[in-house]
Amino acid sequence: MLIRKPDDLPSSEITPERLYRDRREFLRAAGLLGLAAVAASTAGLAACVESGSAATQDGQLKDELTPFTDVTTYNNYYEFGTDKSDPSENAKGFTTKPWSVRVDGLVSKPATYDLEDFIKPHKLEERVYRHRCVEAWSMIIPWLGFPMADLIKRVQPLASAKYIEFQTLFDPKQMPGQRSPILPWPYTEGLRLDEAMHPLAIFAVGLYGKMLLPQNGAPLRTVIPWKYGFKATKSIVRIRFTDRQPKTAWNESAPDEYGFYANVNPEVDHPRWSQAKERRIGEFRKRPTLMLNGYASQVGQLYQGMDLRKNY
Amino acid sequence: MVPPRWLRWVIFAASLIPAVWVVAAIGSDYFQGTRLLGSNPIKEAEHFTGRWVLRFLMLTLAVTPIRRTFGWNWLQRYRRMLGLFAFGYATLHLLIYFLLDLELAWGDLAADIVKRPYITIGMTAFLLLVPLAVTSTARMVKRLGGKRWAALHRAIYAIVVLGTIHFWMAVKRDITDPLLFALIFAVLLGYRVVAWRRRRAAALEREHAVAPERQRATA
Repeated sequence: MLIRKPDDLPSSEITPERLYRDRREFLRAAGLLGLAAVAASTAGLAACVESGSAATQDGQLKDELTPFTDVTTYNNYYEFGTDKSDPSENAKGFTTKPWSVRVDGLVSKPATYDLEDFIKPHKLEERVYRHRCVEAWSMIIPWLGFPMADLIKRVQPLASAKYIEFQTLFDPKQMPGQRSPILPWPYTEGLRLDEAMHPLAIFAVGLYGKMLLPQNGAPLRTVIPWKYGFKATKSIVRIRFTDRQPKTAWNESAPDEYGFYANVNPEVDHPRWSQAKERRIGEFRKRPTLMLNGYASQVGQLYQGMDLRKNY
Repeated sequence: MVPPRWLRWVIFAASLIPAVWVVAAIGSDYFQGTRLLGSNPIKEAEHFTGRWVLRFLMLTLAVTPIRRTFGWNWLQRYRRMLGLFAFGYATLHLLIYFLLDLELAWGDLAADIVKRPYITIGMTAFLLLVPLAVTSTARMVKRLGGKRWAALHRAIYAIVVLGTIHFWMAVKRDITDPLLFALIFAVLLGYRVVAWRRRRAAALEREHAVAPERQRATA
């Protein structure tokens, strides 16, 4: 399948106007966040950018940031429950301090990092990405994070490493969803190393200029904008380099419905629903889903020569 | 016991509340930008109405067991209304799916029915409901005759099984809710199986009770 398709992505989507205008404030907030990660103080973070009024419902399809309320209350995070509203309700007291991340496997510098040491060497940047859930809804989210590639270069995987695997915290006391075997816990996801090295793939530590809330995967998650949301790993405690394709949570539990690649693709349907269209949260009309979520011109070459129907 | 006349209207009004609410909420979310149905109002409205279809099917099927167990024969007079509400909520469910979710795309509807087993099953359940709603009037009961009418309306057993499968298949991973609905339906259908077997056993016994006498008479 050819995936060379021009992205019909209006520039307004890349840098929403409101955000552009609030740039200064945003950068200040981002700076604060960087400090906060070190100083372990969340108190000063409250006052920053938040989306204003809900999107106007005049039937027009506008590309706007998805309101903060939706981003933080409409979540799939089964560790905290399977209803969309469960994570924001059940993750309230989730402890993210102290937090450490183990990096091991085929890597020259295996180590366990305190979260602040994990983040500190990297410059946080803001990335406004489309987020497409496999359930055919989507959002536009201003993430705060740093390229995965930067970390990978820093920890130096061995030449034999071909894949990277991410693991979510396993803590049934704090994560009630893990008390029942809905998915193989702990949630594990993975990428081919060249996918992870792509500049669009990031580790996120915040959104809307604030530190991540637990329901969004605090304190550390991945964002791979051209893949369905379930490819992201939240509340990461372990990163492993390996020479074999990692076993991944949804693929393990329903291999005919969720593949390892999980690239957004309007031409390859989920067995139970079409992926050709999506509903942007905040809008009533559906919009067409874009090949590789609109990032085809950037990431298409990663999949050249691959049959995306087989490697869904 | 003869229930007061107003009880019918109370049941009618109460049954209408969820429908009025969901339609008003969709309108308000669309026109006023409220968030009554949350972040994904159309999905929420689909799930909401779908559950009410199953609940009204449940209530309809609960009438006979409750009536027989407690001797509340007056309950019978509300069964048709409950069944019609199940049909009404199914119609609303389908309308929301087709008008708001599929946005009147006939091609998508056809593709869904053919390609997605849970839609095929749900649609079948709905189509089976239609003749039951059509033949729900007293005149139709008369026209068909009690036995044929009853036989036709046994389709409700197939409908609840299909409806529950449809619900089960639609959820992604957490089957708690469909399981709960399935258990209640299992009890309601199980009651009928038990009642039917008892009736059959009783009938056989009667036959046996008669037979020996006949034998003696011929001897």
